[in-house]
Amino acid sequence: MSLTDVLAAAFGLLALGAGIGVVTTRRIVRAGLWLAVSFAGIAGVALVLTAEFLAWVLVLVYVGAIVVLLLFATMLTRAPTEASDELDRRQLPGILIASGVGLGLAAVLTGAFGWTRVSLVGRENGDAAAMGEAIFSEWVLPFEVLSLLLLAALVGAIAVSTRDRAQQSGNSG
Amino acid sequence: MHPLIGYLIASGLFAIGLFGVLTRRNAVLQLASAELMLGGVHLVLVTTDLVQRSYTGQSFALFIVVIAAAEVGVGLALVLNLWRARSDIDTDDLPIDSGKQADERADRS
Repeated sequence: MSLTDVLAAAFGLLALGAGIGVVTTRRIVRAGLWLAVSFAGIAGVALVLTAEFLAWVLVLVYVGAIVVLLLFATMLTRAPTEASDELDRRQLPGILIASGVGLGLAAVLTGAFGWTRVSLVGRENGDAAAMGEAIFSEWVLPFEVLSLLLLAALVGAIAVSTRDRAQQSGNSG
Repeated sequence: MHPLIGYLIASGLFAIGLFGVLTRRNAVLQLASAELMLGGVHLVLVTTDLVQRSYTGQSFALFIVVIAAAEVGVGLALVLNLWRARSDIDTDDLPIDSGKQADERADRS
């Protein structure tokens, strides 16, 4: 066990614990806050595993934008902020399926990799320069397609949320 | 560095997210759980990058961040639309044949 292992495991356990908080808490706002903690843990693991640029993008986009967006949605749908028993359906099928999938994945990955070691000596950090070179030399086409996807999602979100209003004004008018 | 640590954390996150998607009834919480599953995928890509000594996985993880942002935007637009139509985002109460039930509601009112 090297220092990298210990740090990755510590951040990973933080992410896992906060993730359990997301799916089990009975207060809906706390689920959003636990999601922020969980993604901070994932970003920590990415930082330890030499994905420096990705880690900060995760903090910016997930903790900064997506969690805030989810909290906005809970406020807009007037979700109960006090503890509520109405948030879950029966848990047993979910526990069985999720633990089956998780254990299956863990068994496959353990069988494939075992306790092998990967040397980090000479591994360049995945900072902005390295990521820019990788994206704009090898993955230019996916990058451009993604900009189209973002545009389509933006237009789609606007279309979905305004169509109802047009119908209402049509009905009332 | 043992890559198995990253992979085990990733599969754990995926399982926790799957449990949330299956168990939660509130649509916003289901979206949050789906984000946890995507977080597990990020870790798989980053760990595989270490094994392969490349930056391909990290590039694709960045692309997944963009896709997740688009997915949450559209998903929340749908959820807010559902709230406007039904004043409720409980996914257990969703009508299976929405056209028929909407007609029945219109008849009753």
